[in-house]
Amino acid sequence: MAVTQTTSVPVRQSAVSPTLVLLAGWLVPGLGHVLVKKPIRAALLFVSIVSMFFLGMMMHGKVYSATNGDVLDLLGFVGQMGSPLLYVIAHAASLGGQALTDTVSDYGSKFAVVAGLLNVMAAVDAQSLANGRKEGL
Amino acid sequence: MSHFAALVVYAFFASIVFGITQRTEPKNMIRFGALCFGGFVVAAIVVSWGMFLLKH
Repeated sequence: MAVTQTTSVPVRQSAVSPTLVLLAGWLVPGLGHVLVKKPIRAALLFVSIVSMFFLGMMMHGKVYSATNGDVLDLLGFVGQMGSPLLYVIAHAASLGGQALTDTVSDYGSKFAVVAGLLNVMAAVDAQSLANGRKEGL
Repeated sequence: MSHFAALVVYAFFASIVFGITQRTEPKNMIRFGALCFGGFVVAAIVVSWGMFLLKH
């Protein structure tokens, strides 16, 4: 009779809760990686995402609102809410433009939306490091 | 900011995030980030020329 042997591979997990890491990374770009002790990656992510978002605002990109009723505006809002802190700062400081006036402002809106979506990727990456799904901790 | 400059800045920052999130080793992160950056820029130039040739 054949006996099957299973070997378990030890998975390194963070001391911090993966859910907390995910939330922290979502709220502040790079904070999730700080919590899993990856400060260089955190700094690179913070600089990249924040620069991209505020460059978008400097290009007069639109800060989308969910209350407009337009489906495309709602999609833009969801994308920009990928980084809620930056969205709130932009909204509170009245950064960016109110409407897309030219090609560059359209690019600016895309910069801000993509910055939010990249922040979601970064937060999920930090969570994957925290729960051991991604190697490297 | 010119359209090409916007493209290069976009590709630069997006490639950094892609490199960090999609690979585990730092060496592979740099390699993948560089590949993404080149891919973004080359693809945009090819598509731009394609659109130009379609119109003319």
